[in-house]
This record gives sequence, C-alpha cells and structure tokens, in this order.
Amino acid sequence: MKPFATRLLIVLTVILGVNYLAWRWLDSLNWSAWWIAVPLVLAETYSLIDVGLFGLAMWRIRERKAPPPPADATVDVFITTYDEPLDLVMTTALAAKDIRYPHSTWILDDGARPELADLAARHGLGYLTRSGDWADKPRHAKAGNLNNALMVTQGEFLLILDADQIPQPDILDNTLGYFNQRRVALVQTPQYFSNVPADDPLGSQAPLFYGPIQQGKDGWNAAFFCGSNALLRREALMQLGLAGYVTEVERGVHRALAGARSAIRKARRSPEAADPLVAGLLDEVEAATDAAREKLKAGGSLSEITYDLRTKVEGAVRTLVAGNFAALEADLAEIAAMELGSELGTPEPDQLDGAVERMSQRDWSPLGALGSVQAVLDAVSVERPDEAQPVMPLATISVTEDMATSMRLHSMGWESVYHHEVLAYGLAPEDLKTMLTQRLRWAQGTIQVMLRENPLAQRGLKLGQRLMYFSTMWSYLSGFAAVVYFAAPVIYLTLGILPVSSLSTDFFIRFIPFMVVNQLLFAVVGKGVSTWRGQQYSLALFPTWIKACTTAARNVWLGRPLGFAVTPKARQAEGNSWHLILPQLVAIALLLVALVVGAVRLATGLNEPVGTLVNVAWVIFDLLILSVLVKAVRYKGFTPDERNVDAVHR
Amino acid sequence: MQFTVETTPAYAEVNGSGRLNMVAAPLLREVVAAVVAEGNHHVVVNMEGTEFMDSSGLGALIGCLKIARQAGGDLRIANVQPQVKMVLELTSMHRVLNPYESVDAAFPHA
Repeated sequence: MKPFATRLLIVLTVILGVNYLAWRWLDSLNWSAWWIAVPLVLAETYSLIDVGLFGLAMWRIRERKAPPPPADATVDVFITTYDEPLDLVMTTALAAKDIRYPHSTWILDDGARPELADLAARHGLGYLTRSGDWADKPRHAKAGNLNNALMVTQGEFLLILDADQIPQPDILDNTLGYFNQRRVALVQTPQYFSNVPADDPLGSQAPLFYGPIQQGKDGWNAAFFCGSNALLRREALMQLGLAGYVTEVERGVHRALAGARSAIRKARRSPEAADPLVAGLLDEVEAATDAAREKLKAGGSLSEITYDLRTKVEGAVRTLVAGNFAALEADLAEIAAMELGSELGTPEPDQLDGAVERMSQRDWSPLGALGSVQAVLDAVSVERPDEAQPVMPLATISVTEDMATSMRLHSMGWESVYHHEVLAYGLAPEDLKTMLTQRLRWAQGTIQVMLRENPLAQRGLKLGQRLMYFSTMWSYLSGFAAVVYFAAPVIYLTLGILPVSSLSTDFFIRFIPFMVVNQLLFAVVGKGVSTWRGQQYSLALFPTWIKACTTAARNVWLGRPLGFAVTPKARQAEGNSWHLILPQLVAIALLLVALVVGAVRLATGLNEPVGTLVNVAWVIFDLLILSVLVKAVRYKGFTPDERNVDAVHR
Repeated sequence: MQFTVETTPAYAEVNGSGRLNMVAAPLLREVVAAVVAEGNHHVVVNMEGTEFMDSSGLGALIGCLKIARQAGGDLRIANVQPQVKMVLELTSMHRVLNPYESVDAAFPHA
C-alpha cells in the first residue's frame, strides 16, 4: 500500500507540475516585465526539476535488513582528526576500541600531536601520521589523511569515523554482512547528532537525507559515501587508486611529450643556449623526446619509455660535462707544461670522475638553467612526482572527497548500500558561524565535483545513478532561485509589476493542486519526520549556496583557492553573529517594507486586491522561511537536559 | 608472504612467495625500501612464487617503483604467474609495470 501511495503521489506531482509550468511558459509570461518574469519562470522550472528528481528517488525507496556478518573479516577502524580536542578524540577512539566485532583501531592524526600519540599508546590504540613522503606535497585534507593510512594498514574493510562520531559496539556486526555480496564496496549509515535540541535551530539533523533520500538513491544503486560512519572495501578503493594512477600517468606523459618541442624551441632562444654545451644538450634532449613520442604512439610500455628517456638525457649530460672537463684538463696540462701553474697540479682521474658525477646531477646539471625543459623531463615519469603517493585511492578532486569517491566506485561497477540504523552519535556545530562554514564546505565540494566530474557525463554510470548524483548537485543551486522567490513579491507590492500576465482562475486551478500534492508527497515520505527545517534552510541560506557556486566555479575554471576551512568541533567564542546573515536581514527588511507599501498601494487603488492577497501570502511564506535564522542567531548552544542523553553517552 | 633478497653487482633480486595481498603489501614496501636504501637502485621483483596478487599488492609495487626511480634506478618485475598477469592487464598496469620473461631479461644491459 505504502509504495503504491507514494508512487501515485509522485506521478500526480509530476503531471500537475508539468501542467502548471507548461501554462507558465506558454501562456502566462508578462513580457513587458521580462526582467522579473523570465527569472521567476526559470526559478520555478528549477524547482520543478528538483521535485522531479526527488520523486525519482522516492520511486525506488529501499529498506534493507543486514545479513549476519562474516566470521573472519579483518577490519580497520579509522578515526580521522586534525585539531579536535584530545578528550573528544579519545572518547570516540575508546568507543571504537569497544566495538564488538574483532578489529584494529587507528587514530589518524593529521595534527601530529605528540600528546595524542601518547594517549593512543597508553590505551593500546594504533596511531598514524603522514609519512615523510608528504613533505612539500599537496596534503589533500581528509582524503590525504585516509590515503596515507591505507598504505600502512591491512584490513579487508575500513570503518571511517570523524573524530566526534562515537560508534555503538554493534556497528560492525550490523553492517559487515552486506559485504558478503562481492560487488558491494560501500555501506553508509546515518549521521546523527546527540547535541541537538528537539527543535533543531541550526537544521543539523538531516532526517530526509539520512532516510528517504539515501534509501531512494540506494534503490538505484547510488547511495553515496558521506565521509563518516561508513564502511569501505579496501580492494575496491585500491582498484580505484590504481585506475586513477594509470590514467594520470598516461595523461601526464602524453601532455609532457606533446609540449616537449615547444619547450625546447623556447629554450633555444634563451641566453643560456648560446653556450655550445647547452645547445648540444638540447639537440640530444630533442632527439630523445622525439624517440619517446614515437614509442608512445606505437603503444610502448610507459615504464620503458620514461626510463629510457631519463637514462638517455642523463647520459648526454654526463658526456657533455665530461667533455668540458676534458678540455679543462687539457688546458691545465698545457699551463703545467709552461710551468706557470705547477702549484695547481693536475687533477687525479678519480677526482675528475667524481667531479663529472657531481656536476651532472640534477641540481647542478646544465639543464637546470632551462626550467621549461627540465619540467618536461620531470613530468615524463611514472612516479607522479607532484603527489606524495602515486596511488591515491580516495578522490582528491574536491574538498568533499566522499561523494567523488563513491561516484567513481559506482562508475567502475561497484555497488553501495545505505543501512538505515543510527550506529554512531556525533556532535553538530552549536553556533551559526561554524554551521555556515560547514554548509559552505559541503556545497563547495559538491559543486566542485559537478564541474570536474559531472555525473551526467561520467562513463560507466547507469542513467539512474547519473540522475541520483545530479539530483544532489542540482539541489545546491537553490540559492539563485531563492533570490527570485524573495524578490518577486517585493516587486509587485512596491511597484505593482506582476511577472504573470494575470492572476486569474487560470493560475489558481493549476498552481494550488500542484502545491498541495507536492506537500503531501513530502509528508508521506517523511513519515511524520519534520522536513520543514530542511525546506527553510534550503532557501534561507541562499548567500551561502550562491557563494559556494561562485567560489567553486572560480576554483575549478580559474584555479583560485576556495578559502577552505576545517569545521571546528568546539563551539566558537560567544559574540554577536547577526552580521553573518546580513543579506538575509536585508531581505527580511525589504519584505516588511513591501507589506507596508503594498497596503498603502491597495488603499489608494494602485494595486488590485487579488494580486495583493497572493503576494502578501507569498511574503508571509518568505518570512516564515527566513525566521529560522533569527532562531539560529539566538541559539546559545546545547544544554544536555533538553532531552534524554543517556542513550548517547554510555 | 615470505620475501628473500639476493644482490648481484647489477641489481638486487627480491623473491616473494605466497599471496601478495593487503597483508603482504606494507611488508613488500618495507623490504624494497631497505634494499634501495642500501644502495641497490636496480631491483627485480621475481614473482615466480607469487601465486596471487590483489590491488593492494599492485599498489605496493607501484610504491616500490617510485622508491627505486627516485633513487635514480628502476624496479622491474619478472616471471609473473597467470593470475598476476591478469590483474596487470585488467588494470592496464602492464603499461607501467612491464612483466619480463625472466630476471635476466629484466636488466639485460645492467
């Protein structure tokens, strides 16, 4: 009965939505006010697509029951930390140690704090920091931390926990069974927060996401990795790392060899090339890179091509340097023969070999003067010299490594599972500033993935999987629509300009049924869980979402930094935080002014009653949406007696 | 998995017998790092006795290749068994780690 009711509502929502929107596009636009009419209809189209994608997920909601765990799996539990308070990390680590199923517990300390190392040793816990390979290399935040640990640990399965996510003893018993299916690479469980009051002023709990949405994605084999409280199959991650490695090496070698000619041409024009030694060397390098390019075209092995090129260039450098020394030696001998420089003596052959060796080494080589050529030669390599580790199992293309990683796993044919049972209790931000930082980071990461590896264009994904990933990315574009939804009623009430040609029955008979069915769908799939908080924040945080889009686009297309910050786990210093929501306060002020001006215009007959009524209702809806921020700013943090926490802190 | 090392003037030969899997992978990395640190920059991993290799094992070989290359040498593999060959080809890794027929063929001019 339940799936039938849900599906009926989905079909009705889509039919009524298309009916409404078709009318909006074809028959209702007020072209004389196109500057608001077009943005509004685009925003509405955006929202309908959003609802359609949501409906698609709900179509296949999947509720699972875990099979019993295998008897002899090996598991590593990873607790990732950077600068969280030590007692918080240790609370999680000791709870992890108490997980019932046999496992090894590791603290992955990116802060490399000696005190934490001591604590770990005292409690018999594994402790890992970055290896020496990471010095002066991109660190890739949490993805880098995990990749580092993967190289020195051995478990078949990995449980990933953020430093604040306190696991239950049965977390492995209840999830490992899914891996009996050989193709399952990921089991994600919900993220639930124990320090959130019932009315959740900061919208920390995501009951719709860690519930129907992930269950719906699961139905399409597209439940995705959310960074914590998840189990991963090592073999799948390593395969991902290897595939990425081969692709990167091929790409790097191709690109470097393709650019070799122009780099050499440029080097020939440089003042250093006037030296016959350098000019001769460039000839040798050109011959060697030409040969390498030919071999690559013929499908030669990358290891041999790169090795041969390097050996040839090193040989050429040595020959030329030795030639120079031979000339020097001859000059010295001549000087000695003239008995002028007898005190200088003639260098011993051994000494000379040593000098040739030294002068030929990379840092003193005559090639060192020719940066562009040296860069080409360095890039023709199978070592990925720009990275700390050649094999990077967790994706590093985004600040949210999790989504990108699971999308790659899916495109390689692996399967994922969403297990709907809270098995770890975490800490949510307790102040607006921290919350905003966290949301900005998630949004930025998601948009980065959308721009770098768009799921609609990824090879290997099924259509349903593409749409499920795209759906999450699409939902982060809501900031632009929100601005229009706030602006349109203000424009009508203050200026009398309507974006639709008329507010007649045509509008009401199309819009109201759509709205009603849509809200009903939310209520049914939400199973009585309040989804209102989520709806509020998806519009109210419009400046955050817009900033995420613009910064991520600049980062991906122009290579600018994101200005990324780790989300602090401890509450930020007390202080006035109204300035954090300035754009929203301006919106609230404009909406209130619009109410007053609208009333005056109605009284003086400038605006008509129906239009005023609809737009006043709209303003009130907007104000209710934004009101959550007032609550958020005034929130003073969590006091434990607000709800029963016994179940949480054992 | 057991590793043994023999050094010749031209190269060091690392023999691995058993399963080169996630358990053996960190060990292989340690063994090769030690061999290279002793000054043997040219390393052949003789895989005659390696009956099985997984992605972690292959990842370790790549890590070892990097260690050898950074020291100015090279790491090559020889005598691969059918399952190992299959893994190499499945991941396109044979383009990077070319399997040689024998240990001698790996460094013919060295």
